[in-house]
Amino acid sequence: MTPRILGTETEFGVAVKDTAAQDPVSNAILLVNSVDTVPSRNTLWDYENENPLVDARGFEVEGEKERPTPDYNRLLNKLLGNGGRLYVDGAHPEYSTPECASVRDVVRYEKAGERILESCRVGADRSAGGRRFVVYKNNTDGKGNSYGYHENYLVSRSVPFMRLVAQLIPFFVTRQIYAGAGKVGAENRADPAQYQISQRADFFEVLVDLNTMVKRPIMNTRDEPHADKTKYRRLHVIVGDANMSEVATYLKLGVTALVISMIENGYPVKELKLADAVQAIKDVSRDLSLKQPIAMEDGRQWTAVQIQEYYLETAHRYCAERGADPEMRDILARWERVLHLLARDPSQLSREVDWVIKRDLLQSYIDRKGCDWTDSRIAMMDLQYHDLRPEKGLFSALEKGGYVDRLLDPEAVADAMVAPPSDTRAYFRGRCLQKFPEQIYAASWASILFDVGQAVVKRIPLNEPARGTKELVGGLLDESDTVESLVSRLSA
Amino acid sequence: MSQDKKRDLKKVGRRDDAAATPNPDVLEKGKKIKENIDKLLDEIDEVLEENAEEFVKNYVQKGGE
Repeated sequence: MTPRILGTETEFGVAVKDTAAQDPVSNAILLVNSVDTVPSRNTLWDYENENPLVDARGFEVEGEKERPTPDYNRLLNKLLGNGGRLYVDGAHPEYSTPECASVRDVVRYEKAGERILESCRVGADRSAGGRRFVVYKNNTDGKGNSYGYHENYLVSRSVPFMRLVAQLIPFFVTRQIYAGAGKVGAENRADPAQYQISQRADFFEVLVDLNTMVKRPIMNTRDEPHADKTKYRRLHVIVGDANMSEVATYLKLGVTALVISMIENGYPVKELKLADAVQAIKDVSRDLSLKQPIAMEDGRQWTAVQIQEYYLETAHRYCAERGADPEMRDILARWERVLHLLARDPSQLSREVDWVIKRDLLQSYIDRKGCDWTDSRIAMMDLQYHDLRPEKGLFSALEKGGYVDRLLDPEAVADAMVAPPSDTRAYFRGRCLQKFPEQIYAASWASILFDVGQAVVKRIPLNEPARGTKELVGGLLDESDTVESLVSRLSA
Repeated sequence: MSQDKKRDLKKVGRRDDAAATPNPDVLEKGKKIKENIDKLLDEIDEVLEENAEEFVKNYVQKGGE
């Protein structure tokens, strides 16, 4: 099994204290520009190859492509030394991890992103006079406004998109049972709930579509591979919650990568079709017992755990027949264990799975105070669980107190704030930005534009996400003292 | 595929009753966590934002993505 290239994008929620005036766009710009770990503030984001209007079903919709002026481009985009991107998306600060070749690495870079945002907050507080910022890694304001957490998986272009759709929908509807971040209440006109498993389930209204901001689909059709489009797709998954738990993030990304691999390699999950996936995703989110059956199109009734077990069974067969690397074997074992515990007693996952960790904390508080789920302190805790400030965030408090399991060495996370992964093209991007900060005119996922002092900048395409690694270009970068010599060696 | 492998595959997803029996260490650990959570709860009111009701009411975001 070859490693899969993957990465995540997180949009953060922002609260401002001590002020009446709250313009979310200016706040997001201030936060992003308060970053202190950026090689150069002059590098532009290269929008040349970006077109989010192409639909994987084979057409392009009308709309305006984003092409900001250079000054505004610099204000919106910070290209990070770790190969990732910090930027303003609409009215939110957003962080994209660099492309990674292992699941553990994506978790590491995603957690590093939380720390980068926390450093932005500290910087913004310092420069904003009386304003005090709070940044949340969650997905909703609890009033019907959601912001995203997106996963990206590089997939072979040879896999028909509609096969991925058919095979993945039951998986995406049910994986929230270990990947949900938990939420108090309901919104977006969905059925009432005291507490539910997913932050995002209430917002999914259709099965398949290009939209991400209104009428959100379970399967997003954006066909923007950020790579050689004749060879690759980038499966853009918008259906998930942002997790705080490292273990839950690892499981969510790892299991999804595994399921995509088995579908890609001809191990389909057969005859599994939900009667109404859009309704089911909300029903699963509301079933804290995990015992309620979901109606299948053929009349069978399966629980969410049983649907996941059906995928697990195929994954076992796939790994046994095709072989699996140690990380995939670890993910397979964890997935099996977690499903086993979920079927029996979800509360046993109160150190690993966010919706269980949060529910247990809130329930303990309710028991202690004799209040109920509608108490405003409970709503506050629901939000503050996701607060990135180490001294205020409730997940952070649980982590410090040793109440939740960790996956990563904190030192390795700190390293990921500045150093790129060594085994994808992000290595080349990150190293170039660090070594020649003022001579990288622009960059994107699939390009670097070098300013070699001539009238025209030199554009180097990065169309192969698994190339540009330390192994392939590390020596070349070490030996090139100037950008001119690097470019001439690259062109040689 | 060998017969053995087939049998292994069949097992997947089925409840393993032996493994499902709570072991005393886990229960003890669970009790300990409960006690610790109590300690955390003692301090939580100081950590929570003041004027929770107002704060939550004012937390309004633009939809994103």
